[in-house]
Amino acid sequence: MTEARQLRLIDGDVIGCTEREPRLIGSVCGQCGTVTFPRQRSCPRCTSEDVHARELATRGELWSWTIQCFAPKAPPYLPGGVEEFEPYGVGYIELPGEVRVEARLTESDPERLRIGMPMDLTLIPVPGAPDKLTFAFEPVSEEEA
Amino acid sequence: MSGGDDVAVVGVGIHAFGRHDGVTGLEMGAIAARRALADAGITWQEVDFAAGGSDAAGNADTSVSILGLTGVPFINVKNGCATGGSALTTAHAMLVSGAAEVALVVGFDKHPRGAFNPLPEEWGIGSWYGETGLMLTTQFFALKIQRYMAEHGISDSTLARVAAKAFANGARNPNAWRRTPLSEDEILGARMVNHPLTQYMFCSPGEGAVALVLARGGRIKALSDKPVYLRSVAFRTRRFGSFEVFSPSIPIESAPSATTEAAAAAFEEAGIGPGDVDVAQIQDTESGAEVMHLAETGLCEHGEQEALIQSGETELGGRLPINTDGGCLACGEPIGASGLRQVHEVVLQLRGEAGEHQVPKACRVGFTQVYGAPGVSACTVLTV
Repeated sequence: MTEARQLRLIDGDVIGCTEREPRLIGSVCGQCGTVTFPRQRSCPRCTSEDVHARELATRGELWSWTIQCFAPKAPPYLPGGVEEFEPYGVGYIELPGEVRVEARLTESDPERLRIGMPMDLTLIPVPGAPDKLTFAFEPVSEEEA
Repeated sequence: MSGGDDVAVVGVGIHAFGRHDGVTGLEMGAIAARRALADAGITWQEVDFAAGGSDAAGNADTSVSILGLTGVPFINVKNGCATGGSALTTAHAMLVSGAAEVALVVGFDKHPRGAFNPLPEEWGIGSWYGETGLMLTTQFFALKIQRYMAEHGISDSTLARVAAKAFANGARNPNAWRRTPLSEDEILGARMVNHPLTQYMFCSPGEGAVALVLARGGRIKALSDKPVYLRSVAFRTRRFGSFEVFSPSIPIESAPSATTEAAAAAFEEAGIGPGDVDVAQIQDTESGAEVMHLAETGLCEHGEQEALIQSGETELGGRLPINTDGGCLACGEPIGASGLRQVHEVVLQLRGEAGEHQVPKACRVGFTQVYGAPGVSACTVLTV
């Protein structure tokens, strides 16, 4: 029955799914090529409004990281997320040639995080709302890297 | 020395920072204002322009009901951590333009305990950002210093030394909140908040108020025998490519920060270089911010902080004393008041009236820098 349960994405304007694989939806400027995330209606670099949606790369490199060691306040976090709080990793992942995206990391052990390590996009349950999914990045396994 | 276009601080007032149950933010603002007026030796009736603000403690112009209903034009500002800087920018412009002769600037705040909990919708971001657990200023500072440490060779020990200095200075400042010195080991061994930053490397939201009386031209010498000249005040927002708080993404192309641009503009307008600065107060939301802002303001080169801080040059007795009143780390962060606290402290230092936390060397040039969400900075250059 679990599989039949409808899982919802936290925000369909931010995450899309192509052939069951999650993709982050950003935008690209038709004038200067600047990529943003999430999607913007105008270009923050050249101010053009000639901006279109773009699915971003799913693999990148960890540009910086930290561990969130205390429960965020609710709101904006969900009350259930505060109750079930465990420290979690946060980082910026540089998607080559596109943009650096801020995201939760599936790894929360500081000894296992290093700047430059390859990371892949994945989905995790929203803390406090298990029927909703948000995006995160996970370290690429050694065989795959 | 003082010409018709000069603007100077002729009075300062402060309400102690910390926790003050039973006193509203607005009342603290009015107390600071009265002290600044008394320091300038004038009455509220002589003020012909006022500007002020708080982030979370009400409308500054409401203080006229405490100070007196004189009809004075009073502009409220609300600009995050740059609230005080924005109020000062406004008053400075009014004085320079000749629209006012004597101005009062006030900043105050009173925040609940614990980290701030801003809502993403108020910052132009979807609710997904907060629900995912990314809407925290502490994360931003940790992510920024983590990358900076890797690029510029800054050690954990240096982060701890910044905090140890702040508490040592705070212990000497009767208006500070945290007045107990802490050792480098105590700071490094404290609870981790956001790697690499521990509990004592972060400032806490708090309470407090500061007011300044400014005058222009001929009124300066009439009101003060030791004016501190406001040579410049510059305020900037972020450019494309700078790495700022609450950014779901950052461009790969990098640009100077709002602080870098505001500092450069302030120095240029003042005709004074960073090398001339004798004492400075810079935004130390956490230890790493002080390290990074030291270079962003031009007070040193990127990477130079490691040696500068380890050798004690930023301590009270050093070559470049920084955050001599204990900064945000020891005074806490009442958002609306912090930017003006920095100016208040520089004025005390340049007058030689800072008491136990007075810098021993002679100081003629001071500098201040505030920084806040979502990428705003205000800087001043002050001289005697």
